[in-house]
Amino acid sequence: MAETRIPVAKTYKIYLGGKFPRTESGRYFPLNAADGTVIANMCRGSRKDFRNSVVAARSAFAGWSASTAYLRGQILYRIAEMLEGRNEQFVSELVLQGASKRKAVKEVEASIDRLIYYAGWSDKYQQIFSSVNPVSSSHFNFSVLEPTGVVGILAPENSSLLGLVSNIAPVIVGGNTCVVLASESLPLCAISFAEVLHASDVPGGVVNLLTGFKDELRDQFASHMDVNAVVFCDGDAEISKIIQEKAADNVKHVISRRDQDWSSEMSQNPYLISETQETKTTWHPIGS
Amino acid sequence: MSTDSTKLAFNDGWQYAPAPESIDHIQIDDHYGLFINGEFVAPEIDRYFESLNPATEKPLSNIALASEKDVDRAVKAARKAYTGVWSKMSGADRGKYLFRIARIMQECARELATIESLDGGKPIRESRDIDIPLAAAHFFYYAGWADKLEYAFPARTPVSLGVVGQIIPWNFPLLMAAWKIAPALACGNTVVLKPAETTSLTAMKLAEVFRDAGLPPGVVNIVTGAGPTGAAIVNHPDVNKVAFTGSTEVGKIIQRSLAGTDKKYTLELGGKAANVIFADAAIDDAVEGIVNGIFFNQGHVCCAGSRLLVQESVADEVVRKLRDRMETLIIGDPLDKNTDIGAINSAGQLETIESYLSIGQAEGAEMYQSDCSVPDQGYWCRPTIFTGVSQSNRIVQEEIFGPVLAIQTFRTLEEGLTKANNTPYGLSGGVWTDKGSKVFKMTQKIRAGVIWANTFNKFDPTSPFGGYKESGVGREGGMHGLGAYLKLEA
Repeated sequence: MAETRIPVAKTYKIYLGGKFPRTESGRYFPLNAADGTVIANMCRGSRKDFRNSVVAARSAFAGWSASTAYLRGQILYRIAEMLEGRNEQFVSELVLQGASKRKAVKEVEASIDRLIYYAGWSDKYQQIFSSVNPVSSSHFNFSVLEPTGVVGILAPENSSLLGLVSNIAPVIVGGNTCVVLASESLPLCAISFAEVLHASDVPGGVVNLLTGFKDELRDQFASHMDVNAVVFCDGDAEISKIIQEKAADNVKHVISRRDQDWSSEMSQNPYLISETQETKTTWHPIGS
Repeated sequence: MSTDSTKLAFNDGWQYAPAPESIDHIQIDDHYGLFINGEFVAPEIDRYFESLNPATEKPLSNIALASEKDVDRAVKAARKAYTGVWSKMSGADRGKYLFRIARIMQECARELATIESLDGGKPIRESRDIDIPLAAAHFFYYAGWADKLEYAFPARTPVSLGVVGQIIPWNFPLLMAAWKIAPALACGNTVVLKPAETTSLTAMKLAEVFRDAGLPPGVVNIVTGAGPTGAAIVNHPDVNKVAFTGSTEVGKIIQRSLAGTDKKYTLELGGKAANVIFADAAIDDAVEGIVNGIFFNQGHVCCAGSRLLVQESVADEVVRKLRDRMETLIIGDPLDKNTDIGAINSAGQLETIESYLSIGQAEGAEMYQSDCSVPDQGYWCRPTIFTGVSQSNRIVQEEIFGPVLAIQTFRTLEEGLTKANNTPYGLSGGVWTDKGSKVFKMTQKIRAGVIWANTFNKFDPTSPFGGYKESGVGREGGMHGLGAYLKLEA
């Protein structure tokens, strides 16, 4: 009699400071397939998890923002290489979450290409956004971009992998670190993507990924005093307003990316990088 | 000038155990054909020339000599690849090939570095830490531009040129190939490249990298040979652009022969850079900068700091410290990791350098060479400085392309500046001072394409490079390097 091998199911945890802990709260939410069966018990991340993530992101910021553009480009390229190697895993997760095979394949391929696209920008966006300013005095005056710091990202609800990648890549290629809340209804790829990041020489804390409920955590993303910018991809006018109000607590940059079609090539561009950058201008005298 | 020197007896008292790079991991073929249409093919006429190891004078391999017909074959292959494949491909896909090439170069870096040092004579430390990593970095950098060209030229539509002919020198063989090929391909052109006749080997290895990367046949073609092969590329009617790096003399010939054609061109030619040391500079750092400026790669560097201009009040101190530092330089086996100065690239170049040593002395300058021993076999030149030179001396005005430094003094910034600008060249320059405002004053006034302040001989794929005056036309590297390989349509 042929024996059927019992497969080993994966435990989906969160990604915090380069480690994969469970949520400190011990809570979970079930992710159900269309037929109602449970695919996985996801961590229901807490506000405390979020605060811990910000601490991790802040400590990673000094090193990551000081790394060379070339190195960041190499690492983004490495992420793409790792994702390409795990192509099938992501396709099957997307299918598990309800996508057709054809659409799933397309989404994974687009995600890999998007990483390559931003890898290429690493040592170029500075060249198109910086300037030497011809001031009317004997000074050498120049403006360059610098990363704003820790960025909170509320990832798009309707795009498990591509939307996630499309929002993380421009933020980290510019030297920021981030805390991301994955899609609530399509969370699987986010945690598997954390494993890809983990295997790609991305320093721990540069990207922190949480799963959980947007309604519970959104306010924290907007109001936390050590977050410099918040990117949000869903929500109605009322939610937008709340985020903007809370962001005013420490004058965060608020970046709305609602209603974006992440599968379109129009949704990749260097302005997504510059949105989470500061401009710094230096004056230096010229003379003997 | 005082010549008191607290000479350090490195040569006798301090012996380094040899630390040679092994060569058992490298693969050099006995013969190399021409790389045309994606494969190595025999030249039309059965002629090969030897590539020598300049440190031993022993042959390393036999390289095909490309005739005019071979060049025509290469241009035809490039045209076919341009029309049929490369110009139709999306920028993102071109970029993927370039990324792949960069990755394979990184994987083969040790082999490439070893062959570069064997074939060209440069110290393994330089080929390992500078030439090869930078070459890969160029492919990486331009890979990313392939699908982003419109951002570099706002309100214009960048369009590829077609087939580009590229001729490169022997001082940074693989790096120069990368400087030329990477932007050309990123911009959608196809290439016919000729390496210098004394340093073809890493170009042949690069051809293998292209093949292994699956680059479509004909996108890059490499033809080997000397001047006549280069002339055949320049004069081929179906070449749309010529990129040349080499001597000013040959650059002028090329510019003349392109007159009246529609071919675009960029010329990266000779130099005679002034390295200007002010009294307020950090002197020890400046001395390191002088050494790096003129002795890096045996002085076979178009942007070498071959003229030292030192402010009079610190001249004695600088020269004394420089002579002391020169005594510590180790000259010898390029494959030894202790070696600072390797072999002169060829017998011909050694002859040129030695003739300048005679000219300098005949003109009345005082020559000083370090005491170091040199091997019996091979081509070598001890690090050399000349003091007591005047602005009109040939060793001040002409490019020597060897480890030979002409030293002059100046009193005021204006005098230093005047002397710095008083040659037909304008490729690079160096400024050493503690005062930032003086740096910018000097960078503003020196007529040269690259100025290093409190550093020297720094290169990066993101940074444009190229000369003013008789040092050339156009820029390579960085965002500015893209323009050389595109036409901009409205």
